[in-house]
Amino acid sequence: MSKQLQFKLVLLGESAVGKSSLVLRFVKDQFDDYRESTIGAAFLTQTVALDDGTTVKFEIWDTAGQERYKSLAPMYYRNANCAVVVYDITQSSSLDKARNWIRELQRQADPSIIIALCGNKSDLAARRQVTQEEAQKYAEEEGLMWAETSAKSGDGVADIFTAIAKKLPTTAQPAARAGAARAGAATGRAGVDLNKQNAATSNDPCNC
Amino acid sequence: MDEEYDVVVLGTGLTECILSGLLSVEGKKVLHMDRNDYYGGDSASLNLTQLYRKFRPGQEPPAELGRDRDYAVDLVPKFIIASGELTKILVHTDVTRYLEFKQIAGSFVYRDGKISKVPSTEMEAVRSPLMGIFEKRRAKKFFEFLQGWKDEDPATHQGIDLDKDSMRSVYEKFGLEPGTQDFIGHAMALYLDDDYIDKPARPSYDRIVLYTSSMARYGKSPYIYPLYGLGELPQSFARLSAIYGGTYMLDKQIDEIITDADGKFVGVRSGEETVKAKQVIGDPSYFGAGKEGGKLRVVEEGKVIRAICILKHPIPGTEDSDSVQIIIPQNQVNRRNDIYIAMVSSTHNVCAKDVYVAIVSTIVETDRPEQEIAPGLQLLGPIYDKFVTVSPLYTPTADGKSDNIFVTRSYDATSHFETVVEDVQDVWKRVIGADLVLKKRDNVEVEQ
Repeated sequence: MSKQLQFKLVLLGESAVGKSSLVLRFVKDQFDDYRESTIGAAFLTQTVALDDGTTVKFEIWDTAGQERYKSLAPMYYRNANCAVVVYDITQSSSLDKARNWIRELQRQADPSIIIALCGNKSDLAARRQVTQEEAQKYAEEEGLMWAETSAKSGDGVADIFTAIAKKLPTTAQPAARAGAARAGAATGRAGVDLNKQNAATSNDPCNC
Repeated sequence: MDEEYDVVVLGTGLTECILSGLLSVEGKKVLHMDRNDYYGGDSASLNLTQLYRKFRPGQEPPAELGRDRDYAVDLVPKFIIASGELTKILVHTDVTRYLEFKQIAGSFVYRDGKISKVPSTEMEAVRSPLMGIFEKRRAKKFFEFLQGWKDEDPATHQGIDLDKDSMRSVYEKFGLEPGTQDFIGHAMALYLDDDYIDKPARPSYDRIVLYTSSMARYGKSPYIYPLYGLGELPQSFARLSAIYGGTYMLDKQIDEIITDADGKFVGVRSGEETVKAKQVIGDPSYFGAGKEGGKLRVVEEGKVIRAICILKHPIPGTEDSDSVQIIIPQNQVNRRNDIYIAMVSSTHNVCAKDVYVAIVSTIVETDRPEQEIAPGLQLLGPIYDKFVTVSPLYTPTADGKSDNIFVTRSYDATSHFETVVEDVQDVWKRVIGADLVLKKRDNVEVEQ
């Protein structure tokens, strides 16, 4: 029987390494050369179908620029099932930043989080500053997934998300919608949905 | 920081974050800064390390309290009224997608030395020891009158003019006993003192209707609460702001509010850097509150005492509820202001399992505030640890229209966020020059 699982995926990495472009390629198969920082996207969703019939729906959180001055809120990391930490292969400093983000994830996020290190802009290999060996070695030491991608050409993008989907626990509770990843973890009685108006209330003559 | 902004916002408390979020959605270019390295300012929720750093510098949290990360201890005890104004803002801005809410399990009121549940159903009302049998009938008539009230239908008014007649005269018309009046005015209308009794009944009516409709919405209690603590609220509005282009800087010292020769706002200075903006909004701590020197733009209106108490058991007499509000009406303990207890626990992901966090608070009336909350502390049973603050309540000295400096108010002693939203609406009106109208946010989630 096919089942759909929903997971929260957070993006991390220095500004301008192509975090949003990577997601735009994955979700909409688009690329925009002059893309500035994302405005108005709370999060994007995309599903990946696995061979066993399971579909994995990613709820993808972009940093919305809050990474720039180290101002990401704990809420961002909370209940993240997986993280894609992006660096730019043409900027060696961006790998150092990626290392910092991975340390931050290890400190703040759930210990079971799956982390993928992603070297973006592989289409600019001529200007490469980060070797594949260096990044791969680091990823192995830290137990991270690793891949190089090009949001511009699309190379490797779908592959890394599919690889993450395969690594996620398929025994997790099927989740209903946004924020539901956290509902599964919560204990005790069910939460309340503020968007659902109680019928009794809306008919209440006093509630005018 | 070299750019010029429309609005600089100082402090990431809930009031400032709601404003920042709404202003960004409106298209304003916002820079939001906080001197702390965490979100929330005075309305933050702290983990154990932050809590001990704040109240017991140099002392490590005891290991037996469990993992640091399991804690989110609120600094200000407030719950969200299910049908209240904050709920409306949460839904309209769609920040509910970042949050999850649970009910507060029960609301209790103190009377004659013991606590009783505020009835949430008719069945509970019939069994409630709060009223005798005849008083219950009188109360029933009173509530039927409120439920049936229609402004346009004089037949439902029973000779009462809500805009002219005092609440006292309404109570008297239905023959309600003083104990019942206490219960209605304090546990339902949520007044902190008795000043409302001799004022026109309309606001009391509105508050009781809000309470009963909130109670009806999810049952059990009129309150809801965000998982992982109240500190999630400012964070979610900050994210809204960021998504609409707001820039965030935490851990940023604010050294000076710069004004021109006429006293009009020019910018703020942090170290060697200066950022210019048309307007500034900020909490009282950025405008001289509690500091010597510099220009003071706020005035103290009173003080509130809050005792954060770590318990290893639910509060006795609350049917082992995982979360409660207890109101001690002022008349019951010979005070002018009510004492409130707000308790949450691991059900709301704010502490380790088998730990309960209760905050006892009231408006300070004497020079021995800790003694004033003793009736509240006594209800808690053994207290594992206690962190007490006495916080001045600041209010701005000017409306900001002449200098473009807009100061928000301190978090007051009420048990909910209605006054926070009033402050948001008030500041918005002064900053923008028009009433805050909530627009439904476009659905920007891309589904495929």
